Amino acid sequence: MSTAAEGLESSPPGPAARAVDLTKVYGTGETAVTALDSVSVDFDRGRYTAIMGPSGSGKSTLMHVCAGLDSATSGTVYIGDVDLTKLRDNELTRLRRDAVGFVFQAFNLVPTLSALENITLPMDIAGRKVDQAWVDGVIDTIGLRDRLSSRPSQLSGGQQQRVAAARALASRPQIIFADEPTGNLDSRAGAEVLSFLRRSVDDFGQTIVMVTHDPTAASYADHVLFLADGRIVDTMDEPTADRVLDRMKGFDGKGRRS
Amino acid sequence: MLRSAWRSLLHHKLRLVLSGVAIVLGVGFVVGTLIFTDTLNQTFTGLFADTTSDVVIAPSEDVQSSGFAGTVATLPAALLDEVAVVEGVAKAGGQVFADGVAIIDSAGAVLGTTGAPQFGSNWNDDEDLTPYRLTEGRGPTAGGEVALDSVSADKAGYAVGDEVSLVAPQGALTATLVGIFRYGTSGNLAGATIAAFDTATAQQLLLGGKSGYTEIDLVAADGVTQEALAADVGAVVGASATVRTGKEAADQAAADITAGLAFINIFLLVFAGIALFVGTFIILNTFSMLVAQRSRELALLRALGATRGQVLRSLIAESFGVGLVGAVLGLGVGVAVAFGLEGLFRAIGADIPTEGLVLLPRTVIVGLLIGVLVTVVAALAPALRASRIPPMAALRDDIALPARSLRLRAIAGGVLLLGGLAAMAAGASAGGASGSQLVGIGVVAALVGAIVVSPAIAGPLVRVLGFAFPRMFGTIGSLALQNAERQPRRTAATASALMIGLALVTALTIFATSAKSSINQVIDRTIGAEFLISNQTQRPFPEQVALDVATVPGVASVSPVKLLPAQVNGTDAALVGVDPETWTDMASLTFTSGALDGLESGGMAVDAQSAADAGLAMGDMATVLLQTGSADFTVTGIYEPAGAFSGFVVSSAALVPAGVEMGDSFIYAKAVDGADLTTVQADVTAALAAFPTVQVQSQAEFKEQITSGVNQILLVMVMLLSLAILIAILGIVNTLVLSVVERTREIGMLRAVGALRRQIRSMVVLEALVIAVYGAVVGLLLGLWFAVALQRTLVDQGIEVLDVPWLGLVAFLVLAGVVGILAALWPAFRAGRLNVLEAISTE
Repeated sequence: MSTAAEGLESSPPGPAARAVDLTKVYGTGETAVTALDSVSVDFDRGRYTAIMGPSGSGKSTLMHVCAGLDSATSGTVYIGDVDLTKLRDNELTRLRRDAVGFVFQAFNLVPTLSALENITLPMDIAGRKVDQAWVDGVIDTIGLRDRLSSRPSQLSGGQQQRVAAARALASRPQIIFADEPTGNLDSRAGAEVLSFLRRSVDDFGQTIVMVTHDPTAASYADHVLFLADGRIVDTMDEPTADRVLDRMKGFDGKGRRS
Repeated sequence: MLRSAWRSLLHHKLRLVLSGVAIVLGVGFVVGTLIFTDTLNQTFTGLFADTTSDVVIAPSEDVQSSGFAGTVATLPAALLDEVAVVEGVAKAGGQVFADGVAIIDSAGAVLGTTGAPQFGSNWNDDEDLTPYRLTEGRGPTAGGEVALDSVSADKAGYAVGDEVSLVAPQGALTATLVGIFRYGTSGNLAGATIAAFDTATAQQLLLGGKSGYTEIDLVAADGVTQEALAADVGAVVGASATVRTGKEAADQAAADITAGLAFINIFLLVFAGIALFVGTFIILNTFSMLVAQRSRELALLRALGATRGQVLRSLIAESFGVGLVGAVLGLGVGVAVAFGLEGLFRAIGADIPTEGLVLLPRTVIVGLLIGVLVTVVAALAPALRASRIPPMAALRDDIALPARSLRLRAIAGGVLLLGGLAAMAAGASAGGASGSQLVGIGVVAALVGAIVVSPAIAGPLVRVLGFAFPRMFGTIGSLALQNAERQPRRTAATASALMIGLALVTALTIFATSAKSSINQVIDRTIGAEFLISNQTQRPFPEQVALDVATVPGVASVSPVKLLPAQVNGTDAALVGVDPETWTDMASLTFTSGALDGLESGGMAVDAQSAADAGLAMGDMATVLLQTGSADFTVTGIYEPAGAFSGFVVSSAALVPAGVEMGDSFIYAKAVDGADLTTVQADVTAALAAFPTVQVQSQAEFKEQITSGVNQILLVMVMLLSLAILIAILGIVNTLVLSVVERTREIGMLRAVGALRRQIRSMVVLEALVIAVYGAVVGLLLGLWFAVALQRTLVDQGIEVLDVPWLGLVAFLVLAGVVGILAALWPAFRAGRLNVLEAISTE
């Protein structure tokens, strides 16, 4: 497996992550629910992709399976050229650690660690040396240099989420998955986080996949996937909030399961 | 709200089980202890109530009789005839009953050498006048016949008709076993052996042929009360004997035995207390956690209109339910604990005659009350905090129940702890009885203080103890440390059971090691003899033995010693009768004034402590009162007490005029220079063939025999203390499971960003390790201090040497670490198996 550090500078050809004919079924028999129905999608390098769709459309499931947090019922998922569906737990964990970054809706910082320690946590867990210059650059970008020794409880929600985003970026992963990163934030704090993610794509060539139901958030992306009933029903390049909102209105009445 | 409480109970099954187990164990231990002690008490009370007659007449004794001295106080035979004709007496019988007849089993070994008495007795066919109940054969009616208690007959392998070997004070004899009997309803008398003969033989063997009795029993005529008869008989007997009612005598006998068992009761209750303490803390922990986790749910209930009182009541109802179920199960566990204790005591040779366990209603009530009350009280504080959760909290993300300051604890606990340690130091330097008392108070204060102050010192100490974790285990190590520090109260409480257990184990172990070293040192210093000859029955043996041993080739000299109870100037004292001429070769004492020389001319050597107690100085005249008479001695020497060698030393020859006719208690023997000691010992053994219970021990064997007693006591205590450690494990498991549950989302996040299952498991195990080691270190330090204080206090009692078994202490520390790791295995496994996605989305 190539390390993430090499990953960004000398990216191998092909998409950063790829799902082929991906199906995910929860439960069995009569209670079975198909969350993903033969989805195939490429997440291109250096691109910011938003996944949208109504509740129950399967957008979170798609992200979880692509990120190696959940298993596929059938089909294959690649991060770079590694087939996730063939990995065992430890290999999958190492892949998440080395090649994937996460930003969660609920921040998920370790309360006993300082902001800086939270940022370097994945590398510390791996016992890998921190690329100090890179991390410094990331910290300057999130603009929290003066709060690095603070504990999460001493930071505002927006600040916590920026720390979480910095954590995802610090290990220079091949791809970052963000799950409703602004879901718990007010619009101003949300905008800060979103523009930080945008800058990491523009300035550092980072690949980001973000699940959201907020058209404004989606407008920060290069590309939008619309999911309904476990399928990709539409895509949009160069999205604006208004266009996304219009497209979303089209789902009302059809395709909504619950 | 009640339904909501019930639902939530069922919902949190795991936590329910954990707090339930704590209650079950706590209640079980208390109930088990109560059942066991009640059983002991009832057994002995019942035993003597069944077996005493209406009025008992015993000799008035100034000097307590002692089997070791072989002196028995008697009532004249004529007294039996006098009291038999008192009005109101229906029956009268004379009893001969004294320690000193050993039974040799069919394999040739002495039966019951564990220290239990070996009684000889006369036989009486009238069941109103004797506790013996024939189960087989008939009572002995002539010389050469004997009856044995059923337990002894069974153990020795004798059946009616067999020839039984016995050793009486006068020497060995054989008799035909004609009957087997029980003592009252029990097989024997609390582990003692009883051999019964016809009255003349019993008087011959036990009273040296005097035609007296050790006790006279009376049965009252119909309509005469015990008290009235005792008063009438008392008027006839006068001051020459003590008259008691049967009830008084039975109570006295039972009290004597239960007093001997009191330390067991106290010891067991201390452990019940520890069990309950740990149980309380686990319950408190569990409910705090339940409340914290359900704070959003509770706030929602409040937002929906539930009043504060309803929230409080629902939580208390919940704890009441858990407490009740736990207490009921605890009663069952208590019965098992009582069985276990009985087995434990039986295993170490303390044969307790029980006829089933005694479960008093009081025990059931106490058990249920403790279980329910402790649970409800433990749940009260978290419940109160929960009831103060504002309804708005339901809408917020992170709800932090306010933490209380540790400052008050730190001050109160610190003062108590340091005060306790200072009290111990003061007591140790004071010494004596008041010093011991001060040390005792200090130990309790220091333990309580340590528990109180523990949360305040747990954080910093954990950081110190785990300083190597980050370097050895990286971030996982730091996280484990931070987790242990995060909840100092919980960490401290978790460690406290281990702390108390280890403090006591450490103190006992150091003290026992010191006692053994002291014994060895005293023997080395004071005994010059190579051999010690003594009786396995611990009774005097004929003076012929010393004469026989002296003729063995290789034996240079022998020096017989007599030990007997006496009163010196009105105080009870141990009198040592020696042969001054040979004794100086065998034992060396350090004299502060005077010398041993004076003994030959009616002098007396006294150790400094005993001299001070009796108010004697050099040249003073002391009156020594013996059971058989009295004699006057002049103090001609004062020596430093040296362990076993303390007391009043006089010449044996000087005791003859006072009526002492006893044999020797033991004999020192010195070998010829250059003789092969093994050969000499074998030759002496051969020369003692006529006295099967008399043994010869080398100095090393003698030391071994004394120190093995210390070992056995130590073993029992350590076994009981290991129960405390078992409970400590449970506490650690509980804390870790709760920690894992509490940090589910955090663990999920760590897994998501790349922590391996193995690393999560390590994190939990390391947290447990540092908690356990913290408890162990504090416990070891406390125990060390206790032991030093105890040893210093008892220097005068012969514990001269402080011998700390450092290797053993290190082993305890390692063991504590292992305990921590073992306790962490299951919670660590659970933490490793958490589903990442579910963990992250946990609220």
